[in-house]
Amino acid sequence: MASTLLETQELQKRFGGVTATDHVSLQVEEGECHAVIGPNGAGKTTLIAQLSGMLAPDAGTILFNGKNITQLTAQRRSHMGLARSFQITSVFMGLTVLDNVALAVQAHTGHSFHFWRPARQDQALRAPAMEMLEKVRLQDRANDLASEMSHGERRQLEIAMALATGPHLMLLDEPMAGMGPEETARMVETLKSLDGITMLLVEHDMDAVFALADRISVMVYGRLIATGSPAEVRANEEVRQAYLGEAA
Amino acid sequence: MADVSTTDPAGGARKLSVASWFMVACLVALAVIPVAIYAGGNAFWLDIATRLVVLSIAAVSLNLILGFGGMVSFGHAAYLGIGAYCVGIPTYHALFGEFELIATNSGIFHVILAVIVSAVFALITGAICLRTKGVYFIMITMAFGQMIFYLFVSLETYGADDGLVITSRSEIPGIDMDNPLAFYFLCYGSLLAVIYLVHRIVNSRFGMVIQGAKGNEDRMRSLGYSTYVYRLAAYVIAGAICGYAGALLGNFTSFISPDMMDWAASGELMFMVILGGTSMVFGPVIGAALFLLLEQLLSAFTVHWHLPFGIMLILTVLFVKGGISGLLARMGRSNG
Repeated sequence: MASTLLETQELQKRFGGVTATDHVSLQVEEGECHAVIGPNGAGKTTLIAQLSGMLAPDAGTILFNGKNITQLTAQRRSHMGLARSFQITSVFMGLTVLDNVALAVQAHTGHSFHFWRPARQDQALRAPAMEMLEKVRLQDRANDLASEMSHGERRQLEIAMALATGPHLMLLDEPMAGMGPEETARMVETLKSLDGITMLLVEHDMDAVFALADRISVMVYGRLIATGSPAEVRANEEVRQAYLGEAA
Repeated sequence: MADVSTTDPAGGARKLSVASWFMVACLVALAVIPVAIYAGGNAFWLDIATRLVVLSIAAVSLNLILGFGGMVSFGHAAYLGIGAYCVGIPTYHALFGEFELIATNSGIFHVILAVIVSAVFALITGAICLRTKGVYFIMITMAFGQMIFYLFVSLETYGADDGLVITSRSEIPGIDMDNPLAFYFLCYGSLLAVIYLVHRIVNSRFGMVIQGAKGNEDRMRSLGYSTYVYRLAAYVIAGAICGYAGALLGNFTSFISPDMMDWAASGELMFMVILGGTSMVFGPVIGAALFLLLEQLLSAFTVHWHLPFGIMLILTVLFVKGGISGLLARMGRSNG
């Protein structure tokens, strides 16, 4: 449990005059659910973008499993076991639910220069994809188009797609965004059931965060101001002033 | 989104029945009607049908990247021209000497040359074009198309902008290329083969990747796909198929000019694809058929026959989502 899976050292990113990531040093331990909270515009999504390889940091390093991945592309990181879900739902609307997950499975079963055999009849893709759908309890919707699903279901689908890449670490960018209480409860349950997968969770819903997180880091104006257990963070005076107090 | 349900095991066949039956009817009609009219003594409509079938191959290849891959290429006619010159230039040298290496009337050689040159041109230009997105992609593909257009305009040996007469058709063992019926069935068989090929590609693992990259490239990259190489491969395949169509077109017209690869010609191919519908492999064939039929009918009345086309295209884009094949697919769904 004690080994560090993901670590950032002095990570920095500036957009013009705004410092979105300000000397962020963060450790995510193997097996934990680590939440990053903070007010809007604190730089949480920017952090996720750098960790997943969509955005290059200006300075600092990112270590994953002890390897320096700072310069690697998003697709290389995915193959090392880093998966992400998007804040804005990013499923393939024109494809069915099962197609979506099968596409995620396919990304990690060798190259895709297969031009002849129908992918939709390929059990090597369909069976694992169905298994992932069962994990998020969407198996009944497998043959519906993603565009026909509710917002909450699409978020569940996002998780299934991230899971299908067989990740060691999932970067979850506000998985509960825009959800009602019932959908949020279902998502919390889904994430709780994913034993053994390390998670970095960015979330605004405090009930969800306290239900899921083993440790919490608080980010304000691009800086980490505190990291600790939920109880420690709750008790931290600076955090209360900067964030929790504001929300209450 | 009919492409999605074509092979959907859960009732996809039922959903698409109207569109599939329509496709079969169209293909049978193409095999029977022009031939019957020709047998009745009128060669004109067989000519139109041959042009239709050849342009359909080009349009189906464009749809692979435009409809399924989301790559709006505005320079696809360049490959028609390249393919045609790959027939014209070797034939020219077979007659007038020089360039012994390529001087031949062999159709097999012409076709292989057309496919290889088109694929290489697609590989080089695609490698650059696919670094851009959206409007920039449209502009840069058009720029490369115009580049090759002006290249051939400047080649005095091959007739420059007056074009080049192909003195004799390619020679293919076992096929009498000068027999209009034999040549028509060569083109028709090619169209069937290309439709089947593109259908297989679109539904394969490779096809799923290019369709995913059309929908959301960032998502594909975060899933672990190097989308660029897959898109480039699709671009090369489409170019190679269109080059093949070009070799047929050169044989058909027995004359090539740079006008065949002008941006306006690329626009006509896009018109066929969008009017016919991008969501089905067969869609562009419908578009090509409408284009040629209307061209025949309208040009009899007015020289401004492009105007009604423009209006039709606007109406299609605004009101008929997925073009005519998309309309058929939806009819199938509401009936089923």
